[in-house]
Amino acid sequence: MKHIISALVENKPGVLAQVAGMFAARAFNIDSLVVGRTEDIKLSRMTIVVIGDDKVVEQVRKQLAKVVPVVKVQDFVGQPVVARDLMLITISTPPAKRPEIQSLIEMFRGKVVDIGQKFITAEISGPEEKIEAFINVCKPYGVKNVARTGTIAMPRQAKS
Amino acid sequence: MTSKKGTSAGSSGKSSIKSGAQIIVDTLIEQGVDTMFGYLGGVVLPLFDRLYDAPINFVIPRHEQGGCHMADAYARASGKVGVVVATSGPGACNLVTGLATAMMDSVPMVALTGQVRTELIGNDAFQEADTTGITRPVTKYNCIVKDVKDLARTIREAFHIASTGRPGPVLVDMPVDVQVARCVPDKSDKIKLPGYKIRTKGHSRQISKAAAAINKSKRPVLYVGGGVISANAADELRTFAKKANLPVTMTLLALGAYDQHEKESLDMPGMHGSAYANYAIQECDLLIAVGARFDDRVTGKVKSFAPNAKIIHVDIDPSSISKNVQVDIPVVGDAKEILPALSEKVKHIARKEWFNKISNWKKKFPFRYDNNTSSIKPQYVIEEIYHQTDGDAIVTTGVGQNQMWAAQFYRFSKPRRLLTSGGLGTMGYGLPAAIGAQVAKPDATVIDIDGDHSFNMTMTELRTAVENKLPIKVCILNNSYMGMVRQWQELFYNKRYSKSYLSNPDYAEVARALGAVGITVDKKKDVPKAIEQMLSEKNPCVVDFRVEKEENVWPMVAAGKSLDEMSGLDILESMA
Repeated sequence: MKHIISALVENKPGVLAQVAGMFAARAFNIDSLVVGRTEDIKLSRMTIVVIGDDKVVEQVRKQLAKVVPVVKVQDFVGQPVVARDLMLITISTPPAKRPEIQSLIEMFRGKVVDIGQKFITAEISGPEEKIEAFINVCKPYGVKNVARTGTIAMPRQAKS
Repeated sequence: MTSKKGTSAGSSGKSSIKSGAQIIVDTLIEQGVDTMFGYLGGVVLPLFDRLYDAPINFVIPRHEQGGCHMADAYARASGKVGVVVATSGPGACNLVTGLATAMMDSVPMVALTGQVRTELIGNDAFQEADTTGITRPVTKYNCIVKDVKDLARTIREAFHIASTGRPGPVLVDMPVDVQVARCVPDKSDKIKLPGYKIRTKGHSRQISKAAAAINKSKRPVLYVGGGVISANAADELRTFAKKANLPVTMTLLALGAYDQHEKESLDMPGMHGSAYANYAIQECDLLIAVGARFDDRVTGKVKSFAPNAKIIHVDIDPSSISKNVQVDIPVVGDAKEILPALSEKVKHIARKEWFNKISNWKKKFPFRYDNNTSSIKPQYVIEEIYHQTDGDAIVTTGVGQNQMWAAQFYRFSKPRRLLTSGGLGTMGYGLPAAIGAQVAKPDATVIDIDGDHSFNMTMTELRTAVENKLPIKVCILNNSYMGMVRQWQELFYNKRYSKSYLSNPDYAEVARALGAVGITVDKKKDVPKAIEQMLSEKNPCVVDFRVEKEENVWPMVAAGKSLDEMSGLDILESMA
């Protein structure tokens, strides 16, 4: 099962290496890992997608919490979250196909960010399934390059 | 490098501005350090200059690995934080085995390493190594200090992290220019560790649940690990075990946490543990683990470990809980706080049937060996040492058969008396560990029960003992084999003794050449006399016991077997 784990970490050198090293040493698999700043300059947020059964993910959570500069760890499994991926994708686009592909991009609420004689580069964001779906739709035209950020997530602010 | 005349780089004069090196020394003293181990090198010269007249007893090993083991054993014997210093590059690399040893056995240590000048880092400078990168997996925490203003706080943090929670080694890497740079140290610069929180007090509902399970249990076993010794909770353990009336098995690292002479003691469990501990674990209905981590050498085949038992696990490290074995009642916290809380809630229950069963196992399968031989049995040597020291020595070991026999035949009644590399299994630990322990406990009788191959790995440290006038004793159980490996080759590789035999030097001659006393014993009748002489020596003393070459350690739970599938019980019974 896929778990999105969010870790607040101290924003200081070596933290990424400590976290990544722990994952490698304990043979946990990382599906994606995103690091970025937060509203507090002293803290960064790492969003890590891990695949494993509950027992493995429980260990991941505990081992992560044990890394000294890791301040807080949350596993978002089972709670409502907003999860987003950002992708840049370059699609082979002969001039004749341009309108077709542009309309696909629009359908996915994406943006054309670069264009040339034989290609279009689009920016698409959304849940992972949407990103995957867009890649699949583009495959018949020829996908030249894909760059993805990996998932970032935020729990929904529950209102009752 | 730096000039020392007059205004030396780190003068501690009246001005409150100080060099990084002086700040390091001041902070070490502030942290209560009076003893350090370590080796000099180019980029730690500023620090060593400041150590020249510091009130710190400094022991120089012959190799950084030795120094690291010394600091480790100093910590294990004293309960204080062990401190080791090394230079950059090779110096830091040589600490790795020692740090990994301390990490696996949760030993509080601070390692200080020099690093090349900040502007050279990453340039493949002379004696440069990525020390924090190399040591990250073998330390509880490590970091590099790039600003002299952060030095004092970082060292305070290192001591705090090393000695609290589940202890472990912490390394601080310090570029040489940071040691030379000067600033006015901020005494009030407190530790800042927002990500480091330790829960010491157990959750009261979990404690009540655990106590209720104990009160209900007909066949409980208390399974104690090194955490009880780290927590200095031997007295609390005793009160708890006596009050609830529980049989107690202790892991290799916990031997002595409970007096092995007491009727409740089941001694060590696991691969070469006692049959009675293993049977008791397999038949118990409740296993109460305290400060233990369900290591594979203890559990055997995990799937069939303690198959009938509900499991309580008390540990300060939440990640230890349900890591290897699924736990029913976890209690996160410090054994020193939780054991008394449990003691209050448990009832004394006779459990006659259970204790009878255990005592029958004990009668049937004690640790035994066949002493009706003309050769010297290694177990006999250990028994003799045990008797002549009244079981009151500090024992260090190498790794392998020597270690297992020491655990089986020396019976410990107090904590911090057996110092051994349990988790990592570091051959060569015994001699430097004996030195570290003797430095910590100058009046104690410190004996390294070693194997010849283990001793070979660090024997150069004998000179360290001589130079520091440390009257350690080294008993080499010399069979010329890498004994435990030979035993596995005998049992699992058709007696093909591939590369497990060495031609050894005359250890007594080696000892004498290094300035120690050397004794060779090749006749059984000379064993008691040699031990007597060894114990009376004021100088470091090495006794080379030429023991039976192909003796095996029994019983044995082969890798992948369940605890109750022990081999060698028939052999033990035939010796009765």
